Formats: sequence, C-alpha cells, structure tokens
Amino acid sequence: MASTTTAAQVPGTSTTVGGRSQRNVKTLPLVAPSVVILFLWMIVPLAMTLWFSFQYYNLLDPSVGGFAGFENYTFLLTDPSLWTAMMNTIFLVFWVLVITVGLGTLLAVLFDQDFYGRSIARLLAIAPFFVMPTVSALVWKNMLMHPVNGLFAFFSRSLGLPAIDFFGSFPLTSVIIIVAWQWLPFALLILLTAIQSLDSEQKEAARMDGAGPFSMFFFIILPHLGRAISVVIMIETIFLLSVFAEIYVTTSGGPGLASTNLAFLIYLRALREYDVGGASAAGVIAVILANIVAIFLVRSIAKNIAD
Amino acid sequence: MSTIVLKSIQKNYGAVQVIKGVDLSIDDREFCVFVGPSGCGKSTLLRMIAGLEEITAGDLIIDGQRINDVPPSERGLAMVFQSYALYPHMSVADNMGFSLRLAGVSKEERRAKVAEAARILHLDKLLDRKPKELSGGQRQRVAIGRAIVRKPRVFLFDEPLSNLDASLRVQMRIELARLHDELAATMIYVTHDQIEAMTMADKIVVLQSGIVEQAGTPLELYHHPRNLFVAGFIGSPRMNFLPAKVTAASDGATTIALANGANLSIPVRAGRQRAGDAVTLGVRPEHMRLAGEGELVGEVMVVERLGGETFLYTQLTDGTMLIVQADGEIPTSVHERITIKLDPAACHLFDSGGLAIERMERHPLANLRRLPTRKAS
Repeated sequence: MASTTTAAQVPGTSTTVGGRSQRNVKTLPLVAPSVVILFLWMIVPLAMTLWFSFQYYNLLDPSVGGFAGFENYTFLLTDPSLWTAMMNTIFLVFWVLVITVGLGTLLAVLFDQDFYGRSIARLLAIAPFFVMPTVSALVWKNMLMHPVNGLFAFFSRSLGLPAIDFFGSFPLTSVIIIVAWQWLPFALLILLTAIQSLDSEQKEAARMDGAGPFSMFFFIILPHLGRAISVVIMIETIFLLSVFAEIYVTTSGGPGLASTNLAFLIYLRALREYDVGGASAAGVIAVILANIVAIFLVRSIAKNIAD
Repeated sequence: MSTIVLKSIQKNYGAVQVIKGVDLSIDDREFCVFVGPSGCGKSTLLRMIAGLEEITAGDLIIDGQRINDVPPSERGLAMVFQSYALYPHMSVADNMGFSLRLAGVSKEERRAKVAEAARILHLDKLLDRKPKELSGGQRQRVAIGRAIVRKPRVFLFDEPLSNLDASLRVQMRIELARLHDELAATMIYVTHDQIEAMTMADKIVVLQSGIVEQAGTPLELYHHPRNLFVAGFIGSPRMNFLPAKVTAASDGATTIALANGANLSIPVRAGRQRAGDAVTLGVRPEHMRLAGEGELVGEVMVVERLGGETFLYTQLTDGTMLIVQADGEIPTSVHERITIKLDPAACHLFDSGGLAIERMERHPLANLRRLPTRKAS
C-alpha cells in the first residue's frame, strides 16, 4: 500500500513537468511504451485498492463478503486511531524536515570550508545514508537508546542520572531522531553541492561590500540555497510520508498508537487484523493525503525552480 | 584624494612566486591600467590591493597608511568583477544598496544614494528589476553602480568588459572614461586587451610573470618601449622584429646592417654598442610603406583588408614574416612581390639582452596625460 502512495505521485509529477515543455508530437510513439507501463504500474494497484476498499474482505472470515459501500471509510474516518496516525505522520515529516534541512544547511556551510581531512569527513557524514533503515533502526534501538545496554544510558548513568527509556517515554521523538539521522546526509549532500556552485566572485563581492560571516550566510548563501532546499523538502516529504521500517523495528507503533503513522496503521489493519477492506480504505486515504501534499509541493517548487 | 603606493609587493603560493616584487605608485585621480598576457599576475595584484588575497611581503600604502592587514571592506575600495558578481536574488536597487544596508545606513539615505548612482549610470528605470532580466551591458552598469554607491577612494576593475560583445565594449569603454572624469576618482583597471589599455589609461603598467616590465603613459610605452616584451605587447598588429648587426656606432646615429645586407641609420644613443654587435630592429607595421625602392623585399602571403587600411603579411626572402600596414586603397594581392621602405626615425633598436637602446629624442607626446589638470568641483 505504501508503494501505491509513491507510485501514484510519480506520474502526477511528470505530467506537470511534461505539460510545461513544448514536446514534438512525433516523439509520442517513442515515449508511449514507457508511459503505458508506468501508467499500468500505477493504475492496477490503485484500482485494486479502490475496489477492495468498497468490499467486505477479511482474511480470517471468508464467509463475510460483498459490497460494503462506504462502510470501510466511515468506520475508518470515525476511528480515532486514523486521526492519531495522521497527526503522527505530519508531526514526523515536519520535524524530520526541520532537523535535516536546518542541520544540513549548517553542516553544508561547515563542509564547504577548507580543513584537513575534509574528504574523509564528508564521506563519514554521508555514510548513514548507505545504512539500510532496518539496520540503522536496530543500531539505534539496541546500541544507543537501549535503557540498559545503550550508549546514552551509559552516559547518563556515569553522570549519576537515571537512564532514559527512549522508546517507552518518547516513542515518536525517538523515531524522529532515527529518521532524521538517516536523512541528514541526503540533505547535506544536495545542499553541499548547491553551496559549491555559488560563484566565488559573488562571495568576494559581498566581502568587499562589508559582509561578515553572518550577513554572508543570511544574504548570500541562504537565498542561493533556496532552490536546493525546496528540492530536498519535496523528495524527503515523499519518502517520509511512508516511513515504516524504523517504526516496525523499534516501537511497533506503540506504546498504544503513540508512534503509529499512516503506513503503519495500514499495516496494522491489513496484516495484524487481516482486514483487507479496511486497510485498502486507509490506503486510499493515504494516497489522497499524499497527493494533496504533492500538489502543493510540486506547485511551489516548480515556481521556485522556474524563477 | 587617494594615492596608492606599492613597495616591493610579493605573493607566494607555497613555493611558487607569483608576484615577484612590484614597486608602483598611482597618483590621485589617475586611471591606471594593469595589462599583460594571461597568467602574468595582473589580477592577483589587483586582488591583493582589494584585500581578497593576502600580501606575502612588501607594503601596500593608501594615502600614507599601510593597509596590508586591513580587511577588504575597510580599505575604502570598491571592485567591479569580471562576472559582475551581482546578487541574483536581489533587485538592482538592493544590489547597489547592499553595502549601505550592511553598514546600517537608513532606508531614505540608501534610496537617495542609489538613485544618485542610478542617475549617473542611466539605470533609473531598471531599479526594480532582477539581474537576470538585464542585458550584459546593463548588468555591467549595475556592477559599477554598486561600486559608486560606496563612494570609494579607489575603484578596482577586473577585466570588466571581457564578457561584452565588441560594439558594447567600445561603448562601455567610452562610458568608463566619462565616468572617470565625472567621479574624479582613482581607478585601477585590469585587462589583457591592449586597446582598452591604450584608450583609457593615464598610466599603463605592463606585467609579465609577476614583474612590472614598464609603467608609463600610453604614448610613452608606444614610442619608448623599454624592452622587446613591451614593444611586442603594445601596438596592434604587433611590432615586427628583425635581426641586425651594428656596423657603425656614433653619438647621433647607429648604423645597422640587416640580414639581407641593407643598411639603415637609426637615431639612437650609441651607449655600449660597438660595431659587430648583434641587435634587434623593431619596426611597427604602421611605420613601413610600400615604395619603388626600399630596404626589404618580400612576397605577400595574406592580405587583410579592413577598408581604411590593409595589412600585408609578407614573407621576406630569408623566410621571416613581416606585417606591413598599407593604405586601404592599394590593389596588392596575394603572392605579389613588394618592396618595403622603413622610417628610420620610428624604428626601435634592442640590444642582445632585449633591452631598448635609448632614442636620441623623446617623443613630444610621451608625457602627455589625459587629465592634465582638473578644476576642483
């Protein structure tokens, strides 16, 4: 279901871009096969999800079946867990974006400076992106945040403080920290390349105009990064809306629903409760939500890039 | 009132010496042009004056104050960059007022100063535009405007016209000269284009591999080049060089024999030249003419007709190439044999070390300054 969400966005994005460019009609036969495949790739799962969402369909109870009307939706939309999951999703996406873009910009400025061992430092800073989500979540869970074995617990104990049970006390915050750690290198990478494309004469002109480090950052570097930051926000949003592995490995959405996002809720419905109909309805809602976000993002970013 | 003095300025990048001790003084309101082939260090020297490059050794003095360690923004200089370096996200007015904004100048004062600069540069109608909506020449003017707004003691220009097309370049050249007159400011200008140097400069500084080869007025460099490099660099098309031997040296004229045996008497001081010494004869294309009788005979290989004048690329009998400037009306065509007469009074003589042998008489215009005196305004 999560893949449906992302697959639904890709054609949406490309049609916006394609409508903008003036394409020769004769290229249509050449483009057609891939367009058709991509379209089917998107439309078949989406159609099946839509179909299932209007059916009574529970894997544990084959005797129940048939058209359900909007019952799956009304059941879901009146279910408080959907709203919790939605708020959690937005909260997670928002804070991960704030952390990765904010820290990523500062780190990009730092790594743009000349210092000894810069290339090795850059490699290390980018490394977390190569670790697969499940593994990094496990590392954070068992080696860093664990209240008994974890490194953070060791530090707080050695300072005479009580160990913090991260996943018990701050489940969503812990997930946000893990996901932000994974996505920070991505933001850093994009923003660093953007900073390096800043014309050095422009910086020199600003220096001659009397810009110190802070005015240089706010008046020259940050406006220059505007475009790259919007690209980072768009791409990260698409992926962060469907964060799953980190939650599954660490908190399993708990305690209660404290760290359940939409993707995880769909998983709970479909595979924990074997309610395919309900899960499909949640999936459709997730697709709609993702597309609303995508429309705004693509609009604003297309405008930003066109400037 | 700003004079700049450079005292044995040096610049090293690690073990590589880029600027090898430059001594120079630039007077108040002077338009000084640094010129030289690429890699000669002219831009580095300008950036050192601007404060964008550190000075390894030597003193940089502006108005009697040593400013080696003063940060760029406090030196009272303004620089116009080759790429213009406009801030793309700011409007023209914001670009021009940026330094004032950083200095904490009030909004009204900023607007007044920007409007004043815009008036001088005819940018009034473009103040709300973004740099990308401007043409190359307009961007250039905004970059100059950004410098004017700061009311600097010295303007620095780093090849500001090299990104413009030819006709615009001529136009901006005239505009810059007018601006220099109007602002009455000291300006330092870097270029590789010797025509820009000749047309705009009060003083030209010819640099080669980090050394000042010669500094002087344009006509001084044209008529009294100190060595072969300056002689070849100033003037277009470049000066012709022919090997020769001294046959007689007296204090009044030195007689030389060319490779083909022709004799020529050049009005230079004898100095240390003795009969038999090898020298180089330098003669500009414009100081030769076609004649029935002359010192040189050759075959025309290429004819370049510019309309008003014609350049004949001629191969002498011994194989040397010679550029001859002739009238635009001559019918000479390729592979024709021509006889060339030299004007001895306009010829230059260089000793075996490449240094010019001093001429008998100094050219009357060699010390002419473009701005001899200017009424205090």
